[in-house]
Amino acid sequence: MLPKKITDSELSIVLIFSAVVLTMPIWLAPIGAGYPDLLQKFAIFGLFAIGYNILFGMTGYLSFGHAAFLGVGSYAAVWSFKLLTMNVLPAVVFGVLFSGLFAFLIGYVSLRRSGIYFSILTLAFAQMSYNLAYSVLTPITNGETGLQLTNHDPRIIDTMLLDQAPEGLPSTVLFGVKMSGYPGFYFCALILILGFFIALRISRSPFGLVLKGIKSNQTRMKFTGFNTRPYMITAFVISGMYAGLAGSLMAVTDPLAGAERMQWTASGEVVLMTILGGVGTLIGPVLGAGLIKYFENIFSAFNDKALHELFAFLPDGLENFVVTVVSPFVGEGWHLTLGVLFMIIIIFLPGGIIQGMEKINNRFFKRSSSAKSGSNES
Amino acid sequence: MKETNISRRSVLKGTAALGMASTAPMFFVRNAYADGYLNDPGDASSVTLGFNVPQTGAYADEGADELRAYQLAVSHLNGEGDGGMMNTMQPLSLKGNGILGKKVEYVTGDTQTKSDAARASAKRMIEKDGAVMITGGSSSGVAIAVQGLCQEAGVIFMAGLTHSNDTTGKDKRRNGFRHFFNGYMSGAALGPVLEKAYGTERNAYHLTADYTWGWTQEASIKASTENIGWNTQTTVKTPVGAGDFSQYITPVLNSGADTLILNHYGKDMINSLTQAVQFGLRDKSVNGKDFVIIVPLYSRLMAQGAGEAVQGIFGSTNWHWSLQDEGSKAFVKSFGAAYGFPPSQAAHTCYVQTLLYADACERAGTFMPCEVVNALEGHKFDGMGNGPTEYRAEDHQCFKDVLVVQGKENPSSQFDVLEVVEVTPRAQVEYAPDNEFFAGGDLGPCNNGAA
Repeated sequence: MLPKKITDSELSIVLIFSAVVLTMPIWLAPIGAGYPDLLQKFAIFGLFAIGYNILFGMTGYLSFGHAAFLGVGSYAAVWSFKLLTMNVLPAVVFGVLFSGLFAFLIGYVSLRRSGIYFSILTLAFAQMSYNLAYSVLTPITNGETGLQLTNHDPRIIDTMLLDQAPEGLPSTVLFGVKMSGYPGFYFCALILILGFFIALRISRSPFGLVLKGIKSNQTRMKFTGFNTRPYMITAFVISGMYAGLAGSLMAVTDPLAGAERMQWTASGEVVLMTILGGVGTLIGPVLGAGLIKYFENIFSAFNDKALHELFAFLPDGLENFVVTVVSPFVGEGWHLTLGVLFMIIIIFLPGGIIQGMEKINNRFFKRSSSAKSGSNES
Repeated sequence: MKETNISRRSVLKGTAALGMASTAPMFFVRNAYADGYLNDPGDASSVTLGFNVPQTGAYADEGADELRAYQLAVSHLNGEGDGGMMNTMQPLSLKGNGILGKKVEYVTGDTQTKSDAARASAKRMIEKDGAVMITGGSSSGVAIAVQGLCQEAGVIFMAGLTHSNDTTGKDKRRNGFRHFFNGYMSGAALGPVLEKAYGTERNAYHLTADYTWGWTQEASIKASTENIGWNTQTTVKTPVGAGDFSQYITPVLNSGADTLILNHYGKDMINSLTQAVQFGLRDKSVNGKDFVIIVPLYSRLMAQGAGEAVQGIFGSTNWHWSLQDEGSKAFVKSFGAAYGFPPSQAAHTCYVQTLLYADACERAGTFMPCEVVNALEGHKFDGMGNGPTEYRAEDHQCFKDVLVVQGKENPSSQFDVLEVVEVTPRAQVEYAPDNEFFAGGDLGPCNNGAA
């Protein structure tokens, strides 16, 4: 299905992307985001958004239930840690496998409808999974407390290889390298680059063309003799597997799975990320994911004390005034800032951050927009 | 497609080299100072504590009050204000010049009452802000999740408001400490009072928040009421944050039960109690007995939210601002002076935890987690509002008196909604570390963290 040759332009895109991602600890440090946990989140949610974009961006099908796959991936990964081994590879494989299977089941039913009905169906399935995780499935999910490692887990493979269990709770490892902190980030980053590369290849393949055809006019596709349904299901499963991969990576960097990962707000978050960055572009969703996670982690931590330090250069009266004006927008008010930003982007830049960048590019670098706009594949 | 001279092979090589190069320093840097402990403040003039509380969601009221208490504790530690409980704490090693001579700084974060968000926030404090201690939480699910994280990372966790037996039972950790009381203690304290007030022949119906705290409290209260001869008719689990409880309360009317026990907290308790009263449960008479409602875990903030519905209803609490011992009076006075209203029990336990941690560092002479653990285990203290108290070494749970309270019939102000009926002595609420409600856990070894 995929074209055999990797073109130079693809290579250079991936190369630039890798360079930017791998150097994140350096260039994100000045804005207070250069610490492992947030970097891991950038990579993980970037991957989640890339996968989501394969469905929403390419086919135009708006799924409101992708968090369910994220949750399934997490639970599968934590169970792999509990039952088999603390090595992260089986966990990632199981996370992708189970979420793919789950996505097939949900996609098979939901894709019988399109438009708003499809969105509602996926939302309903995701909320169902969330509520099941909370109630009936408590033996598997441990309810609201969340699934955690314990000292009494069997870990069959690890106990076979080791003579005696180590004291305390074990950490997730990749052949001896602990998957917390920076090594965890680089593991996630490499998978993000791989996921980005695959998405790039998909979008330029005949399969990707079919998906884009479905987005522009599904009825016409059907009239020309295409059975679009298998393509839709494949796209849905692929994006579900990306979500499961992201979910399992969350468990890899922090071995805990909670039901709130499957809640509708989490599903809505990935929609926001994609729209904020630029629907249908490859790099946009990653930017959107980064922006939202940055707001959630950094803006929410600003308190009045930090603000006073920030504006200390102003005269006293003015400083207090500025702090009073700004404080509702930071700390617990970070949702407000995000909402305002989201509105501004939707109203003035329907194409998301990517469109904004193109506009800047066109204005300041005087490139002819027709020649440039297509090549970033945006 | 423009042709370039770069071959695919060389590009791949370049990518690999770039990846290696940017990864390599991280592996070497990590082991640079292996002998110390995580976030050692070293020669710095200040030390950072992390206050991780719910600022949004169902427990936001408690979270806001906790944050006020933390800020007050920091100012007292740094020698500002009137010193609060530092004037009454016994024994006291603090000098009012910060901790070990270092000025106390703090960072805050929003747990959103979600395990994921709470852990992300705590990780930020540990990895970015260099916090040596994390404290807070207003939900046992969150407290247990963050306690696990702090154990793995290698910092001290001083639990805030968490009432589940599991926090110092099944899920206890060596690096985690809890000052607050728990579900078992509530049951043990309430039992005799309920027997005296309502007799020995009651038919109880439980509505329970469906997570670790709800489960363990229900089990504890059930055991304690059955001990005084009551029958447990039905137990029903309700989702957290349900908002509308009418579908759960209607069946109670026709169940033949004459007592409703609400294992709810925060806004859930306000909603379920208000609705139960609106449905006329308390005006009913079943089997010749007046229908009664019991709320095992009470807080002043909740009682205020529920208004008149709480009048006459029994419950238990860790601390109440109307207590007349020197420690409580000093704390209420300085909290009131700073914020204009009395503190809640959540604020009290968080304030006390901060002071206890600081005092333990002072006694240990270091911030090293394992040394602080040693200083806190088995530590006996007084003058913190609960009478003589002990941090038991076996499970890191504080043992002290428990208050049984009742909603006031004629409140004199909007804060004066609860009255203390009985102070249950420590001996009555104490249990063995391997009690059936707390079994299955293991503190494990302490963790100093990878420096």
